[in-house]
Amino acid sequence: MAAIEGRLPSMANPKQQRAGLLQGTLDMLILRTLLYGPAHGHQIGKHIQRTTNDFLQMQHGSLYPALHRLEKRRWVVSKWETAPDRNREFKYYRLTDKGRKQLLAEESQWKQMAEAVARVMWPAAEES
Amino acid sequence: MKWWRNKEREADLERELLSDLELEEEAQQEGGISEEEARYAALRAFGNPTLIREQTRAIWSGNWLESPARDLRFSLRTLRRAPGFSIIAILVMALGIGANVALFTVVRGVLLRPLPFEDPDGLVMLYEAGLHENNTAGFNVVSGGMYAEWKKQNRSYSSLALAQGTRIGLSGSGGQLPEKLYGALFSWDMLPTLGVQPVLGRDFTQADDNPAANGTVLLSWGLWKRRFGGDPAILNQTILLDAQPYTVIGVMPAWFDFPDPSTQLWITVYHEKSEDEMTSFSNHMFDVVGRLKPGVNASQGVADLSVISQRTHNGHLNDPFIFQSARSRPLLEHMVGKIKKPLYVLLEATCCLLLIACLNVANLLVARAAARRKELAIRTALGGGWLRLIGERLMECLLLAASGGGVGLLFAFAALHWLTQTRQDMSRVESIQFDGVVAAFTVGVIVLCALFSGLIAASSSSDRRILRALQEASRSVSGGGARVTLRKVLLTLEVGLTVILLIGASLLLKSYERLRSSDMGCLTQDVITMHLGIPDARYETPAQRANFYDTLLNRVRAMPGVDAAGFATVVPGQGYQMDWTFSIVEHPPLPQGAGQFALSRWADPKYFQAMGIPILRGRTFDGGKRLDAANEVVISQSFASQYFPDEDPLGRHLRVRGKNAVIVGIVGDTRYAIGEPPKPVQYYPLDAGVETVGTLVIRSRRGLEQFALPVQRIVSDMDRDLPVSDVLTMNQLLGQSTLDQSFNAALLVAFATLSLVLAAVGLFGVMSYIAAQRTTEIGIRVALGAKRGQVMRKMLLDGMRPAVFGLLVGLAASLQAGRLMSDLLYEIKPLDPAVYAAVVVTLLAVAAIACIVPAWRASRLDPMHALRTE
Repeated sequence: MAAIEGRLPSMANPKQQRAGLLQGTLDMLILRTLLYGPAHGHQIGKHIQRTTNDFLQMQHGSLYPALHRLEKRRWVVSKWETAPDRNREFKYYRLTDKGRKQLLAEESQWKQMAEAVARVMWPAAEES
Repeated sequence: MKWWRNKEREADLERELLSDLELEEEAQQEGGISEEEARYAALRAFGNPTLIREQTRAIWSGNWLESPARDLRFSLRTLRRAPGFSIIAILVMALGIGANVALFTVVRGVLLRPLPFEDPDGLVMLYEAGLHENNTAGFNVVSGGMYAEWKKQNRSYSSLALAQGTRIGLSGSGGQLPEKLYGALFSWDMLPTLGVQPVLGRDFTQADDNPAANGTVLLSWGLWKRRFGGDPAILNQTILLDAQPYTVIGVMPAWFDFPDPSTQLWITVYHEKSEDEMTSFSNHMFDVVGRLKPGVNASQGVADLSVISQRTHNGHLNDPFIFQSARSRPLLEHMVGKIKKPLYVLLEATCCLLLIACLNVANLLVARAAARRKELAIRTALGGGWLRLIGERLMECLLLAASGGGVGLLFAFAALHWLTQTRQDMSRVESIQFDGVVAAFTVGVIVLCALFSGLIAASSSSDRRILRALQEASRSVSGGGARVTLRKVLLTLEVGLTVILLIGASLLLKSYERLRSSDMGCLTQDVITMHLGIPDARYETPAQRANFYDTLLNRVRAMPGVDAAGFATVVPGQGYQMDWTFSIVEHPPLPQGAGQFALSRWADPKYFQAMGIPILRGRTFDGGKRLDAANEVVISQSFASQYFPDEDPLGRHLRVRGKNAVIVGIVGDTRYAIGEPPKPVQYYPLDAGVETVGTLVIRSRRGLEQFALPVQRIVSDMDRDLPVSDVLTMNQLLGQSTLDQSFNAALLVAFATLSLVLAAVGLFGVMSYIAAQRTTEIGIRVALGAKRGQVMRKMLLDGMRPAVFGLLVGLAASLQAGRLMSDLLYEIKPLDPAVYAAVVVTLLAVAAIACIVPAWRASRLDPMHALRTE
């Protein structure tokens, strides 16, 4: 059900959707995206949307508070740079060493949780 | 980044968001839609920019500092835009906070602050107790003999010291008039027990504290400054007290005023009192202060002393007036016990007042929130966060409460200044001052008020049904239902609290009136009293004393305008003072352990006539019998009925202190203190020349005050060193003794009146608001043919409902509150029906008046006009 609602292209219930999905995981997704190299906000948003097949139908404006939070925690740094493909400046975010460590930590945490959830949800699958 | 780079970061963020939007727009356009559609699509995909901006900003600012600052700016602006509202709200808050802070300061200074003595927790006041079965409750002063036994035998107290208040005549010197001062007799170890040292000179030593020693005196700071110019050379000088020489050995610190605030000098007790008085077990007259040994608690100490008392009692079974046990209470309790209850009642009253003030402000805020409904709805629609709106409301309240608190502090300062000036008699009044605790209390009250009224107000505007608000506001028929309910609930509370205050105040007021109108048994109008005492040292023989009084009274009676004059040791209203034990010669001896005693007074023959005390039977003293021949006694009516129930007392004899006196007359009962029932009194003739201290009374129908100076002149003519003090009309004398009651009643009435006004304002406000809200509805009703009378009645009922509910709630709560106050009341029950009826009528009348104007206005509405208003 959540998936269908999530696909609705309107503003319907954006709050619950975001609150449910992005709490905590958004940071991880951003950090993971930046692992490929520096990117600006729009690129990050598009990347997450594309790779999740638009499952996370998020309004990419909501990325910015998260980005700035990461910057404040010094997991990423930012710099205005000219884009390689066009003649204008964008604010590029870059992963720091601290951010990399954080990503690893969050990733393993997430994995543990996913496995734990999976063991509860599909016990048979694990036995076989 | 730091806060001073806010602007920079702001621009940076703006640029970042904008570029994102542009990119999104481009992306959307690639889908082949128009430019405009693409912009909207981009915005949709992006989300609410305002909110995002705010959230991002919040991350950098840490939020907790910046956003209050922004709220503050905003609130200041809003408040400035509605100065009327702001001023009223601030004043209301100021009254509530001011009253609370002032009273708390008093309570803190008087009741809560520890005594300024060394380790005050170890200090207790000791009393004798348990004389008869029925006499275990009182706090009886201690006899000199029992004190000596306690001191000798106890193992629980590191020291026991003695004190007694007294009046001492200071002779005139260096051109200064003689005056009568309040002083105290101390045993030499009193100051070490309290842990206090003179600031100048030395303390008493054991050698100073015996009959053979030279007189020594400690001066209070105030007396030293006033009378001796603050000159340290006064040390070791000799001054005359009651015509006896005393060496000034020291000056006490300015704050020291034990045992009571009027004390101005201290002398040693064993030097003053006869050995008889100091060893008697049945002559109870001293305050005893004890310091508990470490590790001993108060009840262990009392148990220790009680054993000693019981042993002493058993050893003297023939004396019926030796107590059997001891009691103690903390010294602080002894000093402030009497004012504790009234102070707490007043503090509760101010808390009620504050609550009412908060409710009123909340009410005003709710009304304003209603008026600002559209603004708030629009702001919510535009993405104004819900929390921010509440934060703003709270900030607004905090501003109001803080300004109110500021003004209230000024009120409190003024009130405290007034209080410390007018109530010098209150114990510990000097320790009332602002300090850190009071400051913290003030801040606490301010924050509490802000939270209280702010949250109430905010809860009314927190509904998130924006659309409904907007729709409703566009065409309201009887809008804002929930909000009206809230305001009515607030009003109900407010009225309820007001009722409690009104009932409390009326009870105190009525009890005060009862007190003042209680029959003293003597004249209270046209009588002036003056205190006068002749020093033993100069008037050694009874003849000298009797002559002094004769001469004085003759000269006073000869003054023009004097209708009558008399002299008595104690006049009604001056307190219990003195009782003597007696036996009736004609009656069989009482069983062992039983005794009789009655108040004892000495009076001249014409005193009864001068005071208007009726001679019911027999006659007054024979003026021709003087000195040893003066062997008559006059008794009061209750004396006669209590001790001579079925016989004629006239001609019977009382035996007092080894002498027989014949009863020659019976006079009417008087009260020794206002509010106390009349007690049996025995009057002995002043002409016996026994007593040296008393009160001159003059009756005249012409300007009482004019006699003060001539009498003083007569007295100083007779004896240059003799002071006349306490020149008071009988009315003033009684007024002084009811000062506490009148003070409490006055304050409580003031609080109650204030709260009544606040409640009325609240009612008026809510009614006006309801009327305004229902303009359209009323218009329709009138247009459809409703009678104006009907409309008015309906509106009135609507407004009166919360008032009536509040009244009921208040009455129920008052039953409880009245019970709490019952021991402050005199001769009236906490459930006095007349008081309750009066309060009900007053409240309903005020409520009706507050409702009637808006209701009348509503009923006058022109339907066409009403329907067009929106």
